[in-house]
Amino acid sequence: MQPVIPIIILALPLAMFLVLGLFGNKMSHRLAGVLGTAGMGVTMVLAYITSFTYFFSGNSEFFDAETHTRLQAVIFNHDWLSFTDSLVIRLGFLLDPISALLLVVITTISFMVHLYSNGYMRDHHGVWEKGFQRFYAFLSLFSFSMLGLVVATNIFQMYIFWELVGASSYLLIGFYYTKPSAVSASKKAFIVTRFADLGFLLGILVLSFYTGTFNFTDFTSSEVAEGVYAVNAATAEGIKNIFATSAAPTFMGASVLTWALVLIFMGGMGKSAMMPLHIWLPDAMEGPTPVSALIHAATMVVAGVYLVARLFPLYLMETAALDIIVVVGALTALYAAMVACTQIDIKRVLAFSTISQIAFMMVSLGVARPEFHHGLGYMAGMFHLFTHAMFKALLFLCAGALIHAIGSNDYTAMHGLRKHMPITHITFLIGCLAIAGIIPFAGFFSKDEILTATLGHSTLWYVWMSAVAGLTAFYMFRLYYLIFWWKEHKVPEGHHAPHDQPWTMTLPLVILAVVSCVAGFVPMGNLVTWNGHEMFDNVNFFTNLAALDWSVAGISLAVAIAAIALATVMYKKENPMPEKFKNALPNLWRWCHHRFYWDELYMFITHKIIFGCISKPIAWFDRKMVDGTMDAFAAITHKASYAIRGLQSGNVQMYVWFYLIGALLLGAITAICLL
Amino acid sequence: MESVGSIIVYVVIALAIIICSVLAVTTRKILRAATYLLFALFATAALYFKLDYEFLGAVQIAVYAGGIVVLFVFSILLTSHPGDNSAKLASKKRVLGLLAAVAMLVVAGYSLISRTSMLAATAAGDNPAMKEIGTALMGTGHGQYLLPFEAISVLLLACIIGGVAIARKR
Amino acid sequence: MDLTILYYLIPSLIMFCCGVYGFITRRNMIAILISLELMLNSVDINFVVFNRFLFPGDMEGMFFTLFAIGLAAAETALAIAIIINVFRVSENIDVRDITKMKY
Repeated sequence: MQPVIPIIILALPLAMFLVLGLFGNKMSHRLAGVLGTAGMGVTMVLAYITSFTYFFSGNSEFFDAETHTRLQAVIFNHDWLSFTDSLVIRLGFLLDPISALLLVVITTISFMVHLYSNGYMRDHHGVWEKGFQRFYAFLSLFSFSMLGLVVATNIFQMYIFWELVGASSYLLIGFYYTKPSAVSASKKAFIVTRFADLGFLLGILVLSFYTGTFNFTDFTSSEVAEGVYAVNAATAEGIKNIFATSAAPTFMGASVLTWALVLIFMGGMGKSAMMPLHIWLPDAMEGPTPVSALIHAATMVVAGVYLVARLFPLYLMETAALDIIVVVGALTALYAAMVACTQIDIKRVLAFSTISQIAFMMVSLGVARPEFHHGLGYMAGMFHLFTHAMFKALLFLCAGALIHAIGSNDYTAMHGLRKHMPITHITFLIGCLAIAGIIPFAGFFSKDEILTATLGHSTLWYVWMSAVAGLTAFYMFRLYYLIFWWKEHKVPEGHHAPHDQPWTMTLPLVILAVVSCVAGFVPMGNLVTWNGHEMFDNVNFFTNLAALDWSVAGISLAVAIAAIALATVMYKKENPMPEKFKNALPNLWRWCHHRFYWDELYMFITHKIIFGCISKPIAWFDRKMVDGTMDAFAAITHKASYAIRGLQSGNVQMYVWFYLIGALLLGAITAICLL
Repeated sequence: MESVGSIIVYVVIALAIIICSVLAVTTRKILRAATYLLFALFATAALYFKLDYEFLGAVQIAVYAGGIVVLFVFSILLTSHPGDNSAKLASKKRVLGLLAAVAMLVVAGYSLISRTSMLAATAAGDNPAMKEIGTALMGTGHGQYLLPFEAISVLLLACIIGGVAIARKR
Repeated sequence: MDLTILYYLIPSLIMFCCGVYGFITRRNMIAILISLELMLNSVDINFVVFNRFLFPGDMEGMFFTLFAIGLAAAETALAIAIIINVFRVSENIDVRDITKMKY
């Protein structure tokens, strides 16, 4: 494949960022919006061409027809910084199943968000929001960084773009920089993810120190035949050699590989908001809603999942790290789902739902083993990443439409909107059905695969994750009923009733709703597997349906329907049941409502313990001892110079007196010595 | 053993130097002070002649007596009215100044006289020929002075420009 | 009677002390400058005398004096330019009154 199209895919969003960032203020709002959207549209088309070529062309560069295996193809790999022979940092473009999949996801969602923002970022009278051009510039920057992240050929390039998405996320969360809450939310997001990235960086250094390479193709070559771990033979040999020697390096009882992988996963935990580093994501909802849809639901927050998937063959060599991932993921999924049941801000509900769904993907990766259905969990995790991106972006964009119409994030201000906003209502319902896992919507298939993979690994986690899936259906339909049902609020005199939004906002909703309906039928098992090997021999539209394990699917469907029924009973009409429920379990409700006091815990640790016990004494020492010494010098010099200022009178005759006295004294001393 | 004439010349020169110097700093009329300075400088020139430095004596007369003192007189005429006396000095100040000068004289004179070994030296050598002086001024070897000569040329140039720049009417 | 080096140094010393006295006590800036010239001149004499009596074969002392005369000329010219300028500004050349630029 020629590198022209891939280069344009990366260069176009960057160029858009530069143009809109540098000259945005010179152009009209409409032009900036159209330009940004058009640029993203072209990028989307090129990305489609690229990944369709990858998946369906049958080109020997991408597909080994004999073993039915998809290969990793490095389109280009440019030596960027070459320090030594072995330490070379490259920038390149790697095409393999997951990067091709992510190209589609990112450009699609990004284009929808670009289009949607044309309507969202102006008020009902058509007045553009302040900083509209800046918003589009940042969106382009984010798209560029995210694309660069997924196509990275080496872990260092990934780290660079990893930080870039973090920076653009910071910029976009703090888009309303005059609002103190937005500013503190952006700082929080940046600091928490930065802290996690420290672990990532350490992991990179440990890993590359022992393996002597940064390149993904060295870690995860797909040229190896099925059944063998798809770590590149030389690297695998090298890693095995490290452990074979008698002085196998260990640290605190774990091997260096475990440490490296857990540290790298820590970076993923930060970006993907896994417990206990999840606290930034709910606050990140301070940004404009399209940003939440793009960055904090569909793309950037799944970077952690992508990272684990990218290094999956390495994780397979050290399954202890995978077990950690399962535990973290499962705990996070349950926690986030419980909290989501009690929030009243619709964006927060969606944020916690995102955390919970990402945790699903993590669990799915963690339980994937090659022995079980060719690593079904890996495929399921990627599948869920894909479908989740679609329906969660849809839900966020619907939420944006609601917020735009009502002017509040609080669902208590909404109620009964189904008549006023029919398009939003239908698309939101589709999104809810998809996330709840109702056949035939997208979420059903991917979630079913995840549960199947989990069952293959351990029954405990299967029951656990099924319960979380039930909770998911419950809280989503609670939200749905509270927004669109109940008795509607009276429209105050002089205001017009809420209504559907302009086409720029409804069109993305409709497109994403359609995608959410059909995405589940994508035969992902043939496209994305951990070693590139195809799962099915023949595929058609009903492959996924035919491959269902109905014992699992039936149970999860039953759980989902039961949860929806419960939500319907409790929330369809205003009734005292929720209050009763709340009063029956007051402690549980309070803990959930306050998000299990994680923020307070962080506050306690940072403010009371770190600031109070460590920083304050250090600051005191710095201020009083270090600075104090310097201040004392300065003060002494100051006082002394004031005291002797009179001597420096500029009166030369006075100077001569001093000189004379000195000379006379010296002369006298000399004379006495000579005696 | 010096000739009587030489001693007489020396005494005259020494007296002239001492008297003119004292008068130059004690007179209250500024123009007179300049005049006494002129005589002191002449006496110095005479001293140089007596020590067989004819070129130096000539320079002393031309530059010091002829140039600098004229500058002094000009500036005095520009800045004060002829016939004005400067204010009488406070006696305390005068006593202090006198004390300092006398102390200086005593200390320096004592340290001079204490160096008895040096006192024995007598004048020797000839008047340096003009040719030697010229060679020494223009040469770059040991004991030759081209670099200081150039440096002082630049200094004088800077001084001319500086003088013009400072005294110019704005 | 021999005219030893001391006979030449004593008048020079007296000249120098006169210069010091004048420099300390006078108020008129030109008078101060005159005292300065006296001191310079006495130093010149010392150079010459030491050259003649101690190192009769060399010419260092003479050249020092030569250059010192040049320097004195330059210094005087500049100083007088400054004095005239000060006089223009403040109509006065008493050092006690020239305090405009102090602190």
